[in-house]
Amino acid sequence: MRLTPHLSVTALAAAIAISGYAQAQTEITVATVNNNDMVIMQSLTEVFEEAHPDITLNWVVLEENVLRQRITIDIATGGGQFDVMTIGTYEVPIWAERGWLTELDELPDDYNQDDLLAPVRDSLSLNGTLHALPFYAESSMMYYRQDLFEKAGIKMSEQPTWDEVREWAGELHGSEDDLAGICLRGKPGWGENMAFVTTLVNTFGGRWFDEEWNPELNSEAWVTAIQFYVDLLNDYGPPGASSNGFNENLALFARGNCAMWVDATSAAGKLYDGSESSVANSLGFAPAPVARTPKGSHWLWSWALAIPASSENQEAALEFITWATSEAYIELVGETEGWTNVPPGTRHSTYANEQYTEAAPFAGYVLSAIQEADPNDSTLEPNPYVGVQTVNIPEFQSIGTRVGQTIAAALTGDTTVEQALDSAQRATERTMRRAGYTD
Amino acid sequence: MNKPCASGRTVGGLRTLSLQAPAVTLLLLWMIVPLGMTLWFSFQRYNLLMPGVTGFAGLENYQYLVTDPALWTAMGNTLLLVGWVLAITVIGGTLLAVLFQQDFAGRGIARVLAISPFFVMPTVSALVWKNMMMHPSNGVLAWLFESVGLPAVDWFSSLPLTSIVIIVAWQWLPFALLILLTAMQSLDEDQVEAARMDGAGPVAIFFFITLPHLKRAISVVIMIEMIFLLTIFAEIFVTTSGGPGLATTNLAYLIYIRALLDFDVGTASAGGVIAIILANVVAIFLVRMVAKNLED
Amino acid sequence: MTTSGSKMAAPHATTGRRSAQTRRAFITVLGWSIALMIFFPIFWMILTGFKTETVAIADPTLIFSPTLENYQAVQERSGYTRFALNSVAVAFGSTFLALLIAIPCAYAMAFLPTKRTKGTLLWMLSTKMLPSVGVLVPIYLIFRDVGLLDTRTGLILIYTLMNLPIVVWMLYTFFKDMPKDILEAARMDGASKLQEIFFLLLPLTLPGIASTGLLSVILSWNEAFWSLNLTTSNAAPLTAYIASFSSPEGLFWAKLSAASTMAIAPILILGWMTQKQMVRGLTFGAVK
Repeated sequence: MRLTPHLSVTALAAAIAISGYAQAQTEITVATVNNNDMVIMQSLTEVFEEAHPDITLNWVVLEENVLRQRITIDIATGGGQFDVMTIGTYEVPIWAERGWLTELDELPDDYNQDDLLAPVRDSLSLNGTLHALPFYAESSMMYYRQDLFEKAGIKMSEQPTWDEVREWAGELHGSEDDLAGICLRGKPGWGENMAFVTTLVNTFGGRWFDEEWNPELNSEAWVTAIQFYVDLLNDYGPPGASSNGFNENLALFARGNCAMWVDATSAAGKLYDGSESSVANSLGFAPAPVARTPKGSHWLWSWALAIPASSENQEAALEFITWATSEAYIELVGETEGWTNVPPGTRHSTYANEQYTEAAPFAGYVLSAIQEADPNDSTLEPNPYVGVQTVNIPEFQSIGTRVGQTIAAALTGDTTVEQALDSAQRATERTMRRAGYTD
Repeated sequence: MNKPCASGRTVGGLRTLSLQAPAVTLLLLWMIVPLGMTLWFSFQRYNLLMPGVTGFAGLENYQYLVTDPALWTAMGNTLLLVGWVLAITVIGGTLLAVLFQQDFAGRGIARVLAISPFFVMPTVSALVWKNMMMHPSNGVLAWLFESVGLPAVDWFSSLPLTSIVIIVAWQWLPFALLILLTAMQSLDEDQVEAARMDGAGPVAIFFFITLPHLKRAISVVIMIEMIFLLTIFAEIFVTTSGGPGLATTNLAYLIYIRALLDFDVGTASAGGVIAIILANVVAIFLVRMVAKNLED
Repeated sequence: MTTSGSKMAAPHATTGRRSAQTRRAFITVLGWSIALMIFFPIFWMILTGFKTETVAIADPTLIFSPTLENYQAVQERSGYTRFALNSVAVAFGSTFLALLIAIPCAYAMAFLPTKRTKGTLLWMLSTKMLPSVGVLVPIYLIFRDVGLLDTRTGLILIYTLMNLPIVVWMLYTFFKDMPKDILEAARMDGASKLQEIFFLLLPLTLPGIASTGLLSVILSWNEAFWSLNLTTSNAAPLTAYIASFSSPEGLFWAKLSAASTMAIAPILILGWMTQKQMVRGLTFGAVK
């Protein structure tokens, strides 16, 4: 929210007052996460307000978990505090089902819905209608240090496997001061370590639930995958891995402390930026590693803008979200903030844009990663849920966090992998029974 | 009815009550309304994400929590956390209060510096400690350890609860210090002088004059801190997310992950009631030890 | 920690002046060492506010070229003033209200105690036993229905109620510590009315009231659960401002440090002013 009055609105208001024509100022409250791309969106408020002089934007910017709690409570109790909410592919289907989100079936013609990448659009729709507009989307991939690989004479394969990754990590670990062979998420949380671990389990052939919703957390696939994860990080990972989340790993890699890192594609822009990363010139990209199956090896996530059905400013809110997710917005960001900073992963036009692909050589990887991620078919054996790195049921937040905690305990050696997974299995069975999925 | 009384201590009960009335009434309302709602919800099925599921749940919510294997660990962690922080802050606070009561150059500034940790937002303190002080590769503590040849400690992985205790104790030491220092202001200097002239050393003065004078303030510090420490949440949320495993999950955090994350208001309310019961048990225990010092 | 060994060994029998001087010096060094050690993490945070993000996450160093870019970014992003004003209004409003209600109550409990005093005190404290996470939704529902969501009044109300037990307890302690003979002397001099005792009592207990006020302001200033959950944009205080910098994605230590420094600065000043009130013996000697 800006305190600074801006000239155009004042002038317009004066003109209107003189002309005696009453035009109402609509204030809309936008709730968003404080990721880089959203911060940029907030900084472009003036541009929006100038183009739409009858709308003022109020911002509520919070950290992801706090924001999610805040807006969920508000939307579920009908508090009516927000007009635009930034939510993800996890919430949209759940909330849309409950009728809390306005259906976005009347978008302006120039919005160009078909330009949206199909997997992203589908994950934000219910029965074919969009319930949120994608702001940016990401998948996961592998970052590696080309200079270190060259020095050791290792050639990156087109589709690396986890066994290969382990080999390379072993060769590179400790070859320089403070260099870890590989960095991976370890901090407990359904959106932190479990986002990565779920993709690992998927590619090792496991799944969260069988078709009757029985959890399979101590199945052979899970045990193998988690044992691999624990061994890999304990042998070749950085110190303190069990409390490293995305942020901490980003900092580590940017400072040159990791030889490889498998995580969100949205990190690419930051790692490529010389002012924040000291490895910008030696950055290599590869698809996320696979094991027994390529299914579910990399995730799909999108942050999207949605309008609560209880909002009283539906029109103004719609104007805002169509502006912020349009081609024109992407061009605006490209021109004012640089092409590596445009919100990625939403539109074909972004990837057809030469200015973008030149500035961001990783664009091709990101595009194919997103297009190949299928939330409806993410595991080797069929499963009853939607989601690659999440299970889109309301109970997943607490289940995921609980399992994430036990896996972190296995990582620090407080328990064995079997013990951890057994306790995770029991806890999840309890929750699923209570929630009525199983008896 | 005013009963005339030479000591002036008791003026009719009416006077006392009317002075206390605003505070008591407000707190009564504050207690009844949210507490009442919490109690009510704890016996209901009420999940924000499942608006269709309603109805009387009886003891289901309580059962779910009480049969959770994590509950006892969480309660144990809560007590450990409270116990350690109380010990560090009360003992440290008393000693520091004596120290900062002495007259020395720049005492005023030193005092403000010593109480400054309490000024910082708990989430920020926790982040500063986690990432700038305790980080195993680029934290200040790691740098210190390594410069004397010791290996850096991976605080949050190997000593998670200890790390949280350190952070919370650092935040609350100034609280104890401030209250105890203020209480020292009413210590009778004449008494101390007399004792010194009688040949009492500083240690004797401390134990026989200072400490008894501070008894009431120490009791207050213990009771107030206990109340806050039982529901520590922010620091855990921001650093370890309750892990690894359950090592830093206390009761408040358990309620959060079991109930609030799922938006299960019924279970969260039941958790709240359990927390009140635990708090009462601790309070009764502490009161027995400490509250006789509250009055003369 | 400090070079205390030799100084402690100063024998009892040497000239009074020398041992007093070494004792003085020892205490000064000890006091300052401890104060600096306690303050160090905050000092580090303030320092980090002047580093660039890459330097902030690198190995700890005291040598770097300072920059104001973080303060600029922080100011540009959100406008510190609005949040600060909300914080001031809510913290001071709730403290003032709490003191207003608590002083008579604590007075009654300290000087006109009844059999139920201790019980009432303990009961007051028990109103704080419910963890906030457990009561979030009921309060949110109440505030929604009463229209107090995102208002300063709502926050002031909640903070007053939350801090009231603490304020009462602390004031009670400091009132109880007052030497009774002073009040007796005043009463026998004819100052029998309640107000006169108040005018005598309050100046005497100023250190206690100041500390209590400071603590209440800090508790409200730094409270980060209700302030985030019950406000949106109008009443959001500094805690929301700082929360907006703590991101799970991206480098932010330097900016967070800068924002936090701006948030703690007013409190540091308040703390300085308060501790000046804690000068002992305001009028004790005079009365005696």
